[in-house]
Amino acid sequence: MEKNHIVKSFDSELNELTHIIAQMGGLAEDQLANAIKALVRRDADLAAKVIVQDARIDELELEADDQALRLLALRQPKAVDLRAVLTSLKTATELERIGDYAKNVAKRTATVVAAPPVGGAAGSLGRMASVVQGMISNVLDAYINRDAVKAEDVRARDAEVDQLHTSLFRELVTYMMEDPRNITACTHLLFIAKNIERIGDHATNIAEYVLFLVAGKLPSDDRPKSDLSSSTLIHPEDAET
Amino acid sequence: MSQAADTVDQPNITVTATAQTDSATPKTKAKARGVSVFYGAKQALFGVDLDVMAHQVTALIGPSGCGKTTFLRCFNRMNDIVEGCHVEGSIVVDGVDIYSKQQDVVQLRARIGMVFQKPNPFPKSIYENIAYGPRIHGLAGSKGELDDIVAHSLERAGLLEEVHDRLDTPGTGLSGGQQQRLCIARAIAVQPEIILMDEPCSALDPIATAKVEELMDELRENFTIMIVTHSMQQAARVSQQTAFFHLGNLVEFNETGQLFTNPRDERTQAYITGRIG
Repeated sequence: MEKNHIVKSFDSELNELTHIIAQMGGLAEDQLANAIKALVRRDADLAAKVIVQDARIDELELEADDQALRLLALRQPKAVDLRAVLTSLKTATELERIGDYAKNVAKRTATVVAAPPVGGAAGSLGRMASVVQGMISNVLDAYINRDAVKAEDVRARDAEVDQLHTSLFRELVTYMMEDPRNITACTHLLFIAKNIERIGDHATNIAEYVLFLVAGKLPSDDRPKSDLSSSTLIHPEDAET
Repeated sequence: MSQAADTVDQPNITVTATAQTDSATPKTKAKARGVSVFYGAKQALFGVDLDVMAHQVTALIGPSGCGKTTFLRCFNRMNDIVEGCHVEGSIVVDGVDIYSKQQDVVQLRARIGMVFQKPNPFPKSIYENIAYGPRIHGLAGSKGELDDIVAHSLERAGLLEEVHDRLDTPGTGLSGGQQQRLCIARAIAVQPEIILMDEPCSALDPIATAKVEELMDELRENFTIMIVTHSMQQAARVSQQTAFFHLGNLVEFNETGQLFTNPRDERTQAYITGRIG
C-alpha cells in the first residue's frame, strides 16, 4: 500500500470510499448467495427478501458516487489516487448491476418454485453460482488490497463460468425436449443461468479495473471466451441418445 | 557585440519560428546535457539532461530547494550574476551552446526572456515599459514602428484593451494581474524565442491567474515556454511536458497527462499525490 498523505483527511476520505465499495460488494455477494439458496431450497420467502434488499445496494451506489464527486472536486486527486477514485466509481456501477441480476434471479425463483422441480438443474445452477460467488469475493479482496495477481486470477476464472453456462444451456434444452411441461420452468432457469453468467462478466470487469488501478493501464490481451451458448444447436435426435 | 549579432540573427529567428508552427511533430528547441550547478561548494543540480520542445510549455515542478528554479535560470544565464555560482554541462539552443565564450549574454537574454514571480514593471509609463527593450536592441526604425511594437505586444499579452487609453500612465499603477501581463508584454516585445517564467502567478488571484494561463497557451504558438510552478494544478493545466525535480536531480520528465495519471517514478507519485516522500 502507498504511504499516507500529508493531509490526513484525504486518506480518511479515500478510505471511506473504499469502505462503501466493500460494503456494496459484501451485500452483492450475499444477495447472490441468498438468491441461489432460495432457488435450491425452493424458498419463496427468502427470494422475496432478496428482492427487497436490493434497494440497499442502490443506496450505497449513490453514496459512492457522492463521495467520489466530492473527492474529485475538493482534493483533485492525481496518479494512483485519481485511478483509485475512478476505479471505485466504475466498480460501484458494476456492483449495482450485480445486485440487479441477483434480484432478477430471486424474482424468477419466486415463479420457478411454483412449478414442479426440473431434473438436476437447480444443482447445476448452484455449482455455477458458487464459482461466481468466489469471483466476487476474490475481486473484492483484490480491490481492497490492490492485488493484481488475485485480480488476474478472477479474470481467468470467467472462462470456467462460461463453460458451465454453455453446459447448463444444453442440459435445460434437453429437459425441455424430454417433456414440454418443463418448458416454462426451464425458460426461467435459462434466464437465471444467463443472469449468473452476466454477474461473472461484471466481476471480471471489476478485476480489470483493479489491474488498471495497480498498473495504470488496462490489460491489453483478450481473455479467452468460452460461452458457446449463443452458437449451440441441439437436435432432437441428440437429446434422445 | 557584433560577434553575437552574427549568431543571433533576429529576422531569421522569426522565420524559423513561423515554419515550426506549421510542422506537426514537435521540434527540439533546447537541449540541456549534464547540467550541474554549484553554489560555492554546494551542488544544487546534478547532471540534468532535458530536451525542451519548441512551441510547447514545459513545466518544472518539485519541492522547495529541488533545483527547478536554478535549472530555469541556467537557460538565460541568470546564474552568472550569482556570486560563487558555477555551471557545468551544456545548454544548446537551436544548435548553439549558450555557455560558449562567444555568446553575448545581453543578446542571449533578448532571445530568452524572463518573467518573474512578482510583477516588476519599470517605474515608468506603460508605453516605456514595453518600448525600452526594442529601443535598446534597435528593433524599431522609427517612432511609428515602436508604437506598433508596443501596441502589438500589449495586444498579444491581452492587455491592450484595458490600457490603450492610458499608455502614458505609470505601469506600477496597474493591478497585480495587469502588471504581470505588462511584464509578459515587455518580455515578448523583443521577440524572444523562449520565455522563462518563474512562478508567474503565485502573487495573482485566480482570475488573473486564469488570464495568464490562457495567455501562455496562446503565446506558445510563437514562443517556447518554460515555467517553474509550485502549483501542480497549474503545471497540469498549462504544460505539455512536465519535469519533476527532487534534491537537485531530474527524477522524471514525461508528457504532462501521463505524469499526472500514471507517473513512472515512485518519488513523482509520492510528490504529486501529496504523500510523505
